[in-house]
Amino acid sequence: MALLEVTNLGISFGGLRAVDNFNIKIEKGQLYGLIGPNGAGKTTIFNLLTGVYQPTDGTIALDGEVLNGKSPAQICQSGISRTFQNIRLFHEMTVLDNVKAALHNQMTYSLADTFFRLPKYRKKEDEMNRKAVEILKVFDLDSHADHLAANLPYGKQRKLEIARALATNPKLLLLDEPAAGMNPNETAELMDTIKLIRDQFDITVLLIEHDMKLVSGICEYLTVLNFGTELASGTPNVVLNNPVVITAYLGE
Amino acid sequence: MNLFQSIMEQLLNGLRTGSIYALIALGYSMVYGIAKMINFAHGDVIMVGAYALFMGMTALSLPLPVAIIFTIVVCAVLGIAIEKVAYKPLRNASSLAVLITAIGMSFLLQSLALIIFSATPIPFKSIISMKGIKIAGVDIPGITIITLVVTTAIMVALTLFINKTKAGSAMRAVSEDRGAAALMGINVNRTISMTFAIGSALAAVAGILYICQYQSITPTLGALPGIKAFVAAVLGGIGSIPGAMVGGILLGIVESMSKAYISTELADAIVFGVLVVILLVKPSGLLGKLKAEKV
Amino acid sequence: MKNERNKFTKGKIINIVIAVLIYILIMAALNGGMLSRQMSSLLVPICVNVMLAVSLNLITGFLGELTLGHAGFMSIGAYAGSLLTIYLDLPMYVEFIIAILVGGAVAAFFGFLIGVPVLRLRGDYLAIVTLAFGEIIKSVINVIKITNGAKGLNDIPSYSTFRNFTIVYILVILTIILIVNLVNSRHGRAIRSIRDNYIAAESVGIPVSKFKVMAFVISAFFAGVAGVVYAHNVGIIKPTTFDYNKSIEILVIVVLGGMGNIRGSIIAATILTLLPEMLRGADNLRMLIYAIVLIAMMLFNGSGAKERLISSKYFPKFLKRQKGVE
Repeated sequence: MALLEVTNLGISFGGLRAVDNFNIKIEKGQLYGLIGPNGAGKTTIFNLLTGVYQPTDGTIALDGEVLNGKSPAQICQSGISRTFQNIRLFHEMTVLDNVKAALHNQMTYSLADTFFRLPKYRKKEDEMNRKAVEILKVFDLDSHADHLAANLPYGKQRKLEIARALATNPKLLLLDEPAAGMNPNETAELMDTIKLIRDQFDITVLLIEHDMKLVSGICEYLTVLNFGTELASGTPNVVLNNPVVITAYLGE
Repeated sequence: MNLFQSIMEQLLNGLRTGSIYALIALGYSMVYGIAKMINFAHGDVIMVGAYALFMGMTALSLPLPVAIIFTIVVCAVLGIAIEKVAYKPLRNASSLAVLITAIGMSFLLQSLALIIFSATPIPFKSIISMKGIKIAGVDIPGITIITLVVTTAIMVALTLFINKTKAGSAMRAVSEDRGAAALMGINVNRTISMTFAIGSALAAVAGILYICQYQSITPTLGALPGIKAFVAAVLGGIGSIPGAMVGGILLGIVESMSKAYISTELADAIVFGVLVVILLVKPSGLLGKLKAEKV
Repeated sequence: MKNERNKFTKGKIINIVIAVLIYILIMAALNGGMLSRQMSSLLVPICVNVMLAVSLNLITGFLGELTLGHAGFMSIGAYAGSLLTIYLDLPMYVEFIIAILVGGAVAAFFGFLIGVPVLRLRGDYLAIVTLAFGEIIKSVINVIKITNGAKGLNDIPSYSTFRNFTIVYILVILTIILIVNLVNSRHGRAIRSIRDNYIAAESVGIPVSKFKVMAFVISAFFAGVAGVVYAHNVGIIKPTTFDYNKSIEILVIVVLGGMGNIRGSIIAATILTLLPEMLRGADNLRMLIYAIVLIAMMLFNGSGAKERLISSKYFPKFLKRQKGVE
C-alpha cells in the first residue's frame, strides 16, 4: 500500500476550479516532486493535504487513514508536516523554542506540571532540549539555538522551518519551494540535506520546486500540474523531456 | 397615545441619536480605513467642537453661521494636528502602540478642557429653534428634523465625494494599499491629513447636534457618544463608509427601543449584546470585508 | 544546553533574592513608620495592578490578542469573593482563601464563556467584543439584586489592606511565578507560537482554539483574584469602578511595560500607580501630565528614537539586553 494515496481530489473557490481530478500515489521512502507553472495549483494541493482547505471532492489517505475533514493540527498528528512558500516561523521565539514548539505533541506533561514545576516538567523539558538540539545539528543551526528566529539570515530561516517540520516526527514531509531565494551553493547544500533527512529520519518527502536542477537532481518521481490537473507523471528524465510539459512551461 | 404613535416616536428618537452616532462613526471608519488605527481621541474631538461653538458664540460673539464654520475649522485643524504630532511618527510601530497613543491623546484633550473650563457643566441653549410638526398623531420635534436633514445631506455629500472626486479616489487607493498608492503618485501624507480633517469636521457637526440635544457641555461629554459610535463603526464593518451609517442608525434605534420598552439600565447591555451577536454571526461586521490570510 | 540550565537557575536565584529584599524593605518601612499614610495605602493598589497587568500580559503579550475587557473579569472576582466573605462566617484566613479561590474560579468560568465565542474573531474586532463583554458585565451587575445594583457592596471585611500586606504580597508573587512558569512551558510555547504565526502553529500540531481559550481562562482567573484583593482592600465596590477606563488603564500598563515582558509589567504597574498619586498636589494638572507622559513614552518607544539611542555609543552597555522571556 502506498503511504499517501490521493484520489479524484478537487476544490472550487466560488466558480474557480483550482484543483480538479488530481491523483497521486507516493510510496514510503520516496522523494517525490510536484512541479508546474505558476498558478497551476501546487500550493493549493499542499493546503488540501494539510487541512488548511477542505476538498470539495475526492479523498486523501495517509497509511490507509482517511484525512478528509480533519483540522491541520490533527493532520499533523496523523503524520504530515510541511513548510511554507512564504516562510512562517515563530519570529519572536528562539530557534530552539521554534523546534520545541513542534515537539508539543510528543513530549507531554500536564498543566499541573507546568504551574508547579513538578519533576516531570524538568525531565520532559530536558528531553525536548536534547531532541531539539539533535535536530538543529542536522541543519547546522545548533550554534544559533538561543537567537531569535527573526534574526536568522534568510537561508537559515528556510532550514529552520524544515527542522521544525521534522520535529513533529512526520511520515510525510511537504516542502513548498525549499530552495526559493537560495544561491546555487546553498541549493546544492540543501539537496544533500533533503537526501540526508530522508535516509536518517526514514521519511517520505513531497516537494514543490521551480529549480529544475534540484528537481532532477534528487526527485525519483515527478508529477507535473497545469491548470489544476495532472499533465504528466513519471521519472524526471521522462517527464522533463515530454513535449507537452515543455510546452506548458515555455508556451507554444 | 396609542402604541403605534409611541413606537413611531421612539423610532424617530432612535433615528436622531443614531444619525449622530453615524456621523461620528464615519470618522472612526474613514480613519481606520486609511490609517489602520482606532482613533480613540475621536470622541473628544466632539467635546472640543462643543466648547469651540460655545466660545465662538459667547467670547467671540460670532453670528451663528460663522460660529458653526469656526467650530468645524477648529476641529478639522485639531484632527490634522493630532495626526501629525501623535500618529504619524508611529506609522511603522505596532497598532497597539498607536492605540495607546490615541488613548493618551484622549486623556490629553479631556484634561486640557478640564483645566481651561473646569469640570462644572456649562449649560447650553439649543441653537435649533424650529418648531416641531405632527404627522398622523406623531410628534416630530424640530431638532429631529434638523438632525436628520443635516446628517442625510452630509452622508450624501460624503458618498459623492469619495466615489466621484479625484481626492476621494486617492483616499480609497490609500486605504486599499498605501505603498501602491504612493507609487502611483498619490501624496499619502496629504491624503491621510485630509481624512483626519474630514473625520474631525464630521465630529464637529455631530458635537453641535449632540449639545443641542443634551444642552450641557462637560470635558467628558465626548466619551459616551465616542464609544457608542466606535461600536457602531465596528457593527457596520469598520473601514466601510455605508457600514458606519447603517451601524450608527441601527445602534441608535436599538438603544432607544430598549430604553423605552425593556429597561433603561439594561439598554447599554442590550446594545453591546447586539454587537456581540452580530459579530459572532458575521465576524467582519454587517458590511465589512473579511480578508482571509493567504497561506 | 548545560549552560542554559545554569543560567536559568542563576536568574531564578536572583529573582528570589530581589523578591525577598523588596518584601523586607517594605515591611521594615511599614513597621518603622517610614511610610506616610498615603504611601502605605498605595501598597495594595500597586499589588492589584501588578496582578492585573501580569495576567493581561498573558493574553495581550503572549497570546497576542488585544482585549479591552479585563476589568470585567476583575469585577466578577471582586463581587464573587466579597459576597462570600460578607455572608460566610468563618475565621478570616479560611474565609479569605476561599474567597480568593472562588473569585478566581468564577472569573475563570466567565473567561471560558467569553473565550469560546471570541475564537471566531481577531484583532480590533476581538478588542471591541471584549470591551462589549466588560460593559455588559457592568450593566448586569448594576441591575441584579444580589450585587445591590448601583449602590454596590459595602461592609466588605478588610482582609487585604496594607496591615495584612504579607498575604497580599504572597498572592502577587504566586501570580507572577505561576504565569512565568506557564509562559516557559510547552503550554506557554504553544500560546506564544499562536501569537507569532497561528497558521504555522496549527501546522506543527498545536490545537490553536484550545490554547486561546486556555490563555483567556487563566488570565481571567488571576484578574478575578486581583478583584478579590482589591475589594477587600477598599471595602466598597460599585459597578462603575470596573468600567472600560479601568481595562484601558491595565492595557496601558502592559504596553508601557513591554508586550510579553513580565518584569516590565511589574515595573510599569508600580510606576503608573504611584505617578498619579505623586501628582496629587497638582490636582488638575495630574491627568494632563499623565497623558503627556503616556504619549511621550509611546512616541519614544515606537518612533525609532529608542533604537537610535540604544545603538548610539553613549548608551550604557549593561542596560542592553536581549529581547525575550524572563
